[in-house]
Amino acid sequence: MTNPLTAKVAYGDVEVGTELPAQSFPVDRATLVRYAGASGDFNPIHWNEKFAKEVGLPDVIAHGMFTMAEAIRVVTDWTGDPGAVVEYGVRFTRPVVVPNDDQGAVIEVSGKVAAKLDDNTVRVDLTATSGGQKVLGMSRAVVRLG
Amino acid sequence: MALDQSFVGRTYPPTVPYEVGREKIREFAEAVGDANPAYTDPEAAKALGHPDVIAPPTFVFSITFKAAGQVVEDPQLGLDYSRVVHGDQKFAYVRPVRAGDRLTVTSTIEAIKSLAGNDILDIRGEVHDEAGEHVVTAWTKLVARAAEEA
Repeated sequence: MTNPLTAKVAYGDVEVGTELPAQSFPVDRATLVRYAGASGDFNPIHWNEKFAKEVGLPDVIAHGMFTMAEAIRVVTDWTGDPGAVVEYGVRFTRPVVVPNDDQGAVIEVSGKVAAKLDDNTVRVDLTATSGGQKVLGMSRAVVRLG
Repeated sequence: MALDQSFVGRTYPPTVPYEVGREKIREFAEAVGDANPAYTDPEAAKALGHPDVIAPPTFVFSITFKAAGQVVEDPQLGLDYSRVVHGDQKFAYVRPVRAGDRLTVTSTIEAIKSLAGNDILDIRGEVHDEAGEHVVTAWTKLVARAAEEA
């Protein structure tokens, strides 16, 4: 069934290799404090530099789940309906280090259609990097199109 | 010390229901900087076919991870949580989580592996609504890094 309101992207209009609009997501210490509060994850490695260094990290790092939340926006902004996401998975391969300066860090996310599946669904493979290094691996979403 | 393989397949009791509120969804969406109106405007969500505002795809992790605490903190399992990092995360959705949902989570240990001294624990969380309908499944892989030599 095709719902015209959700059909921002039509299954018939995409093919394997179709690129989704890439996006950049800035993240600074305030972002992490806010995410900690909203998500309930108060692990001090995400806001306490002293603690992060004591456990062997280079500096405060972003929540992996924050990066995961940003990466899927490339898909949900493309489809329009976040409820169209059927599956979403990632591997946390490298932390996003967030220095306490005026700039913080930036997470760059791109995605492309890797396979066309049944029921008007497609698999999108996402690439997320920060500081030129991949921060997510096996980052894949299955999404239903109009 | 390697974790006890006999815990594989163990299922923990369902959690007390978590009630998903519109304002909690709004707070989460704002925290990830996502202005999609389906998260904050009930009319926009209805126009997409949802009965109320929906939650961003990863919102449910806050609920399933809290539920996984039953496993992580099980004294019989004996996981050293201070050494745990999040390895993988996956979700499979039957439908999006939405405001008004009262969700319970049933956690199961799917796998325990030991690799180069690291303990790797796979936990599956099945999320159901008040009517008992399946909403989403979350798979969380936790890696407890090997203790350093003293």
